[in-house]
Formats: sequence, structure tokens, C-alpha cells
Amino acid sequence: MDFTEEQIERYSRHIILPEVGGRGQAKLLKSKVFVLGAGGLGSPSLLYLAAAGVGTIGIADGDCVDMSNLQRQVIHNTDTVGKPKVHSAAATINKLNPDVNVVPFHGRLTVDNIREIIRDYDVVLDGSDNFPTRFLMNDAAFFENKPLVSGSMFRFDGQVSIFHPAKGYPCYRCLYPEPPPKGLVPSCQEAGVLGALAGVIGVLQAVETVKQVLGIGESLAGHLMIFDALKMTFRKVKVRKDPECALCGENPTITELKQYEEQACEFKAATCES
Amino acid sequence: MAIKVRIPTPLRKITNGSDEVAAEGCNISEVIENLETNYPGLKERICEADGKLRRFVNIYLNDEDIRFKKNLETELKENDEISIIPAIAGGKF
Repeated sequence: MDFTEEQIERYSRHIILPEVGGRGQAKLLKSKVFVLGAGGLGSPSLLYLAAAGVGTIGIADGDCVDMSNLQRQVIHNTDTVGKPKVHSAAATINKLNPDVNVVPFHGRLTVDNIREIIRDYDVVLDGSDNFPTRFLMNDAAFFENKPLVSGSMFRFDGQVSIFHPAKGYPCYRCLYPEPPPKGLVPSCQEAGVLGALAGVIGVLQAVETVKQVLGIGESLAGHLMIFDALKMTFRKVKVRKDPECALCGENPTITELKQYEEQACEFKAATCES
Repeated sequence: MAIKVRIPTPLRKITNGSDEVAAEGCNISEVIENLETNYPGLKERICEADGKLRRFVNIYLNDEDIRFKKNLETELKENDEISIIPAIAGGKF
């Protein structure tokens, strides 16, 4: 593909990297990445994916920007409080890089729509904040054969991995077969998260996504990266493909998408101004 | 035999805030029982009533998931490190 003068300048620090080059940058510009959630993890991921020139970025989120989000959700700002997160994120991305075609979806992903929504993307990134959505995303990515760049966090801890059963790697259910049942989680008031931790985990997801698109380096597939912000340690442990996995194992019992019930405290009515 | 056990954030209330505790045992089961003696309530957070590990909690021996070794019967040796690694999803465990 031919770059414009502006693109050569904009992406020059990529293009001069031998591992990326003009060819890699062209790959990025042709790539399509889907990001689930424009929240703590999605915000930093989206900013770096947009800056990198990922050509098409899909964003799904049913929430609107709340003042309490701004402590970590850096793609939004004080002026967009009350607006749908996908529109707030799209506006920021458009200002950052006009090369990016943003495809916003303001709503909830369900068993009925998720497979079709992610179908046209090369890579899907999970920045969700609850287990029902996390398992739904994993199962949908499996059925659609997409690499899933997964990130999650809790207070001062974060986890990152890539799940890609189509290439022989484990899925999220190989690591954690089922979500926690109701009643075993602390109340939402007990939760909380260090804002900058979202940046660490979200940006690691962006790094893995860009590597996946470029096909360079060693991916996190088959491993789980665990970050402890208080101790400032990264630990990488192995994730094995489980032959008895109910989804991607030898005798699967999950043959279609299933919707887990939400924890009561996960439900937030989306109060949007427009 | 003294084994080092890494405690994840959601369980540190039970260990009085410690992120790492010492436990005794020759296999994972024995370590869990020893932890329960010193930190009552910890076992039920990571095990089902029948003693099996909960499906959203993993235990790693060094960098290997014990499910792919001998699970709770996995034997331990001096200087081994155990990590309890629960699924996390933005504040839930």
C-alpha cells in the first residue's frame, strides 16, 4: 500500500523498526481489532491501538461515562461525563488518528449478537469487568476462531493472557472452567482498583494485540502474566490446554453460547444524557 | 517441610494482610490443611465442600498448574513455592 506523506511521518518510529517496517505498518492499517469495554482496560488499549494505526477498531460498551470512571478511564474526559462511552472513546480516537475507522456499538453483548459482532475482526480484546461477559467473550472467540487478548484486574493485581484454541493454545475455560457462583464474591463496596494499574494491564493487552497483528515475537498464548503493583513484580506461569475442557477439549459439552447470570451488584442502569 | 505460599489480594484479609505465608506439608492437601489451621476460613475460599479445588481458583507449584500434575496430591520438596491464583474480573472473587 502507498503511504501519504503524513502517514510516513506519523508512523516513522514504527517504520524504522526492522521488525515492523513499512510492511508491518501496512498490516496494522489493514487490521481490524475488536475491543470489548471502553473502561479501565479498554481506555489505554484503545489509545495505543489507535495511535499505532490499527485501521478498524470496534468498540462495544453499554455504559455512559461517569465521573468516578475518570480516575482510570483515560480515553474519556470531564466534558463527556454522561455520554455513551463508545461515543466518547470514538471522539478521542478520531482526534488522535484520523486513519482509524471506529465502529462503535452502544449496548450489551449477548448470546444473540456477539458472534456476528466479532466475526469480521482479526483479534478480539477483552476489557470486561465481570465474569458473565468474560465467559461469553471466551466462548464466542472460540466459536469464531479468534485470538482473544484477555486482561483483568482487581485492586492492585492484574492478569494478562492470549487464548487461541484454533492454533492449539488453551482457552479461558482451560484456565478457569467456571465463573464463581453467586454469594462467593465480596460486595462491590469492598472492591476498588488502583487507577494506574488499568494502564499497565491495558497497555500490555495493546502490546500483545499489535504483536499478534504483526506476527512478531513470542505471544503470551499458553502463559498467564500476573502483575502485582504493590510488590512491583511480574510473574509468568504456564497455562495448559485442558483435554477435558468443556469448550475446547476432546469431548466438549458446551456446544453453543451460554449466558451466565449477572451478580446483582454488576448491574448498573445506563443513565445517559443522550 | 516449610513451603512458601503466595496469597492473592482477595484472600489477604484472612492472612492478616500477608501476601506470603509459610506452611508445612508434604503435598498440596497437607499444605491447605496447615493453612486452614493457621488461617481459619482460608480453605473454604479455595475448596468446595468435598475438598476439591474450586473451579475459579488455581494453585500453582512454581510455574505449573497442579491440575496438570497430581492435583492436590502433588508432592512438594524443600524450597517449593505455591501460588494461589483466582480468576479476577474487575473486583469479583
